Amino acid sequence: MTRRAVVTGVGAVTPLGVGARTLHERWSAGNSGIVDGRGACDDFDPRATMSTKEARRADRFTQLAVAAGAEAIADAGWEDGLPYDALQVACIIGTGIGGLGSLESNVVSQHDGGRVSPLAIPLLMGNAAPAALSMRYGLRGPSYGVISACSAGAHAIGTAVRAIQSGDVDAVVTGGAEATLTPFATAAFEAMGATSESGISRPFDARRDGFVMGEGAAVLVLEEAEAAQARGAPILGEILGYGATSDAHHITAPEADGAGAAAAMRAALADAGLEPDDVDYVNAHGTSTPLNDRAETVAIKAALGERAAAVPVSSTKSAIGHLLGAAGAVEFVATLLALRDGVAPPTVGWEEREEGLDLDYVPGSARPLERRDRPAVALSNSFGFGGHNAVLCVQAAG
Amino acid sequence: MATTVTAEQVETVVADALAELGPDRELIKRDATFEELDVDSLDLAELSQVVEEKFGVRLKGDDIASIKTVGQAVDLIVSKAG
Repeated sequence: MTRRAVVTGVGAVTPLGVGARTLHERWSAGNSGIVDGRGACDDFDPRATMSTKEARRADRFTQLAVAAGAEAIADAGWEDGLPYDALQVACIIGTGIGGLGSLESNVVSQHDGGRVSPLAIPLLMGNAAPAALSMRYGLRGPSYGVISACSAGAHAIGTAVRAIQSGDVDAVVTGGAEATLTPFATAAFEAMGATSESGISRPFDARRDGFVMGEGAAVLVLEEAEAAQARGAPILGEILGYGATSDAHHITAPEADGAGAAAAMRAALADAGLEPDDVDYVNAHGTSTPLNDRAETVAIKAALGERAAAVPVSSTKSAIGHLLGAAGAVEFVATLLALRDGVAPPTVGWEEREEGLDLDYVPGSARPLERRDRPAVALSNSFGFGGHNAVLCVQAAG
Repeated sequence: MATTVTAEQVETVVADALAELGPDRELIKRDATFEELDVDSLDLAELSQVVEEKFGVRLKGDDIASIKTVGQAVDLIVSKAG
């Protein structure tokens, strides 16, 4: 019997506010959480979820992951305890960088003759978020971080799907988290010319000039489908396919012909046993950089053929900026909730077409998806510095 | 400097430092154990940094392993500072 991975709980903290449904509702309404060229989680209070001790022992990226995780666990109905043997529950969380804020503050302190905290390493390590969630909820199966820049969240979820399908575990708490709105990261991304000078995130628009940095986290609870059904779990959707490839091309630039990205989309569809015509919505990586949005448009056309001209394609980053290692997870959650509502959320602020960038980028606000005789299906794209491509294929529950 | 350190001063500094780490202020008493307060080795490493800064006293691994209560920590620091 084939083992399948279904989503039974979601949680998110994003620049649009605290909560996965807040993200979905505000993005669908065409709102933006970007203020002064940054996508910060200003509404987030770690103490709403964590004790003083827990919060002190967590970098902001871990705090965001724990808050998103608490929401997902409650959503899945796991608050009163795990419905599985603890050894059968894994925790896999992606991040691009890890606890950069903690690293920076300790380096600055040491440089200024001050102390280095005994907590510095446990705070900054890239696996701190899965460690914190594992401890908080007693998850005793495999737990680790996944590091692949801006595709880390999607890789984490894809890896989690495989862990369930293979029979290694029955459930996984998975997602991504990032908190790099720090002086160093801001300067570093600016130095490489990756971030927007205008401070406006407008993916696929002719005026786009780089990405806008954001922070946040999303966590989901995945369970093996039959086990989830047997316990009467609320099933939000199923991850039908996962495809991951590499450009093997350049440390930061995507391949202009989008071959690696297209191959990942095809692989996700093949894994799902679906054809391009089955795709109702594409959640693009859509960073608002000149190179990505052009290469991704080429890749979508290459992967979906004629379907590319008809399928709605939009970028969550138009509303929250680029959440780096959290992006793939946050955008997956936004995609799943959009499918459940039968809408394609908008590419907020999209106005000016650029030659060759001629897909349907869904300007304005959310638009109803074409109705079919089965629940809606989407692809969620994530591509990272290093040439890492990860694509998830998801279907809303019927 | 070391000779002027009083037990009261040390108690105040230790209690303030521990309160920062998480335990409720009112639970931090001389006879409270670190176990009761959920103060672990990483917390004690942070506490020893504060103590070194304020009183110039270094608490080594053996010292930390030997103290189980707030009072024992205070007495050890006072004896080392004196």
